Amino acid sequence: MDILGYDFMIRAMLAAVFTGLAAPTVGTYLVQRRLALMGDGLGHVAVTGVALGLLTGSSPTWTAIVVAVLGAVLVEVIRVQGHTNGDVALALLFYGGIAGGVLITGIAGQSAARLQEFLFGSITSISVSDVWATMALATLVVVICVGLMPQLFAVAQDQEFARVAGLNVQAYNVLVAVLAAVTVTVAMRTVGLLLVSALMVVPVATAQQVTRSFRTTLALAMGLGVAASLGGLVVSAFASYQWRVAPGPTIVLLALAGFAVTWPIGAVLRRRARLRTPFVAEPPLGHEVTDEHPHVHGDDCGHPAVEHGDHVDYIHDGHRHAAHGGHYDEH
Amino acid sequence: MSMTSPTVVTVDGAAVAIAGRPVLRGISMEVRQGEFVALMGANGSGKSTLVRAMTGLRPLTAGSVHLFGEDLDGFHQWQRIGFVPQRATAASGVPASVWEVVASGRLTRRRWLRPLLGPDRAAIRAALEVVGLADRARDGVTALSGGQQQRVLIARALAGEPELLFLDEPTAGVDLPNQEALARALGVLKDRGATIVLVAHDLGPLAPLVDRALVMRDGRLAYDGAPLADDAVHHPLFLESHSHHHHEAPRHDHAPHVAAPLDGGVGGTASGLGTGNGSGRPDGRA
Repeated sequence: MDILGYDFMIRAMLAAVFTGLAAPTVGTYLVQRRLALMGDGLGHVAVTGVALGLLTGSSPTWTAIVVAVLGAVLVEVIRVQGHTNGDVALALLFYGGIAGGVLITGIAGQSAARLQEFLFGSITSISVSDVWATMALATLVVVICVGLMPQLFAVAQDQEFARVAGLNVQAYNVLVAVLAAVTVTVAMRTVGLLLVSALMVVPVATAQQVTRSFRTTLALAMGLGVAASLGGLVVSAFASYQWRVAPGPTIVLLALAGFAVTWPIGAVLRRRARLRTPFVAEPPLGHEVTDEHPHVHGDDCGHPAVEHGDHVDYIHDGHRHAAHGGHYDEH
Repeated sequence: MSMTSPTVVTVDGAAVAIAGRPVLRGISMEVRQGEFVALMGANGSGKSTLVRAMTGLRPLTAGSVHLFGEDLDGFHQWQRIGFVPQRATAASGVPASVWEVVASGRLTRRRWLRPLLGPDRAAIRAALEVVGLADRARDGVTALSGGQQQRVLIARALAGEPELLFLDEPTAGVDLPNQEALARALGVLKDRGATIVLVAHDLGPLAPLVDRALVMRDGRLAYDGAPLADDAVHHPLFLESHSHHHHEAPRHDHAPHVAAPLDGGVGGTASGLGTGNGSGRPDGRA
C-alpha cells in the first residue's frame, strides 16, 4: 500500500477526486441539452491553448482555459446567430483546434511527446500549484452547477419556456459552455484532452440507466465520476508494478466498465416498468372465457400481474387472464 | 367579460418578419382580463408566430405588444405569465421526474439560490392536482403517454400561478380522454379568473370554454368575434354575417378570368392560405 503514500500519488488522488466530481456535473447539463460531444469539441480547442502555452513559455493550463472559454463562447454564438446545428458548430471547432494545436506545438519546437501529456493526461506528474488550481476550479464548477440547478435545469429542459419565465437564457447557455471549458482544462491533467469528454458523459449515461429524476441522476453521476477517476488511478498505480499502465485510459475504461455493467440492469428495469404499466381502464369488448386452464394465477405464480381498472390481468403467453368466478376471462 | 374589465394583452400594429420575410402584418387586438380567447387558423397562418410575438420569443419589426399595460421591451412581470410551448414531449436528454419538470415552472417566483419554500411546494402540488397527475409526481416524464406529458407542461406553467396563460397547440396529437382532462384543467383556471390565450387548430372538447375566437390567415388577423365551429374557421367568409371591420376584399387578379373547364385552378384561388414555408414553427429548433 506504500505507493499511495508518495507525495505525487497524494497530489494525483486529490486531483482525481475533484475532477471526478466536477466533470459529471457539467456533463449532466450537456447531456440534458443533447450536447454530449460539447466537451470533446472544447477539448480539441484546448489543444491549441496548450500549444500556445508551450510556444510562449507560460502555463499551458491557463492558456488552455482562455482558449477553451473563447471556443465555448464561439460555439454558443455560432449556435444562436447562425441557426446552425450544435453539432456542426462543434465539428468546425474540433478540426481547427486540433490542427492549430499540432501546428503551433511544432513551431514551438516541442516534441509530440510533450503534447501527448496533455492529450492523454499525466496525472502523476501534476505539480502542487496545478493541484491547487484543479481543486479551486473544480469547486467553483460544482458550486455553480449545484447552486444554480433550478435555473440551469429549466434552461436545458426547455429554452423557450425558460425565456418566457424571464430567465436570460443566452447568459445561462454561455455560462454552461464556459463551465464546460473550465472543466475540460481541469480534467486535462487527469484523463487528457482527448478523453475528457468521457469523464463528463459516461458517468451520466451510467447513472440514467437506473434513475428516474434529474437530481438523483446528477448525484449518482458525481459519485460514479469520483469512483471511476479515483479507482482508475489506484488500479493503474498498482498495475504499474507489472506493466506500463497510464492512469487516463484506465479511468475512462473503468467508467465504461461501469456503464457496461449497469446497462443490462437498466434494460431489465425499463422492461419491467413497461410490463407493469397498468392497462387502460376500459372494460373488455365481450365475455370471453379462456380455454381449459389448469393453472391457478396468484401472487407468486410467476406471471406478471398488471393493474386493469379495478382488478389485475395476469400476462400468460401473450394472453391477459382475469379471474372471473371460477374461471379466467380473456381481457 | 364586461367591456370594463382591464385590458391584459394589447397588440398594436404588430408585424413580424423571419429572415427578412414578412410573416405577420398589421396585427391589432386586445385581450381583456378573464377572457378565454382561441387563436385559430390553418397551418402556416401565423397563429403560433403571433403567440411567440406576444411572449417575446419573436421580436417585432413594427408595432408594439403590451402585457398588463407594460411594453414587452423591458417587461419584467414574468411571474404573471404562464406559457405552454408547442412540444410533443416533456422529456430531455436526462431523466427528470414529473415533479421536477413542474417545479421548474415555479422559477418565476423564486430568487437566486433560494430553496423551495412551503408555498412553492403547495403551488406545485396544486398544479399537479389541477391536471390530474398528482399520483404520478415521482414518475419519470418519459413513463407518461404523450397526452399526459402535455398535461405536465400545462402544470409547469400553472406552478407559477400565472394570471395570463398562453398555450401553443396543447391539443395537437392528444387523444380525446386527454383532451377532456385538459379541458377540465383549463375550465378550473377559467373559473378562477385567469386570462387564457390558446392556439389551436381544432378546439374539440375545449370549444365550450372559448369566449372569443381570432382567426389568422396568411399572417393577418382575418376574424375577431364570437366563437366559430371548427369547420367554419377554414371557410372564406366564416359562414356567418358579422359586422367586424375585417371585410375580405374580393380576389382581384390582373389577368382576366377565363373560365374554361380545364384551367379552373390556375387563377390563383389556392394562394390565400399559408405561406407554405411552415412559418408556424419557422426556426424548427429552440
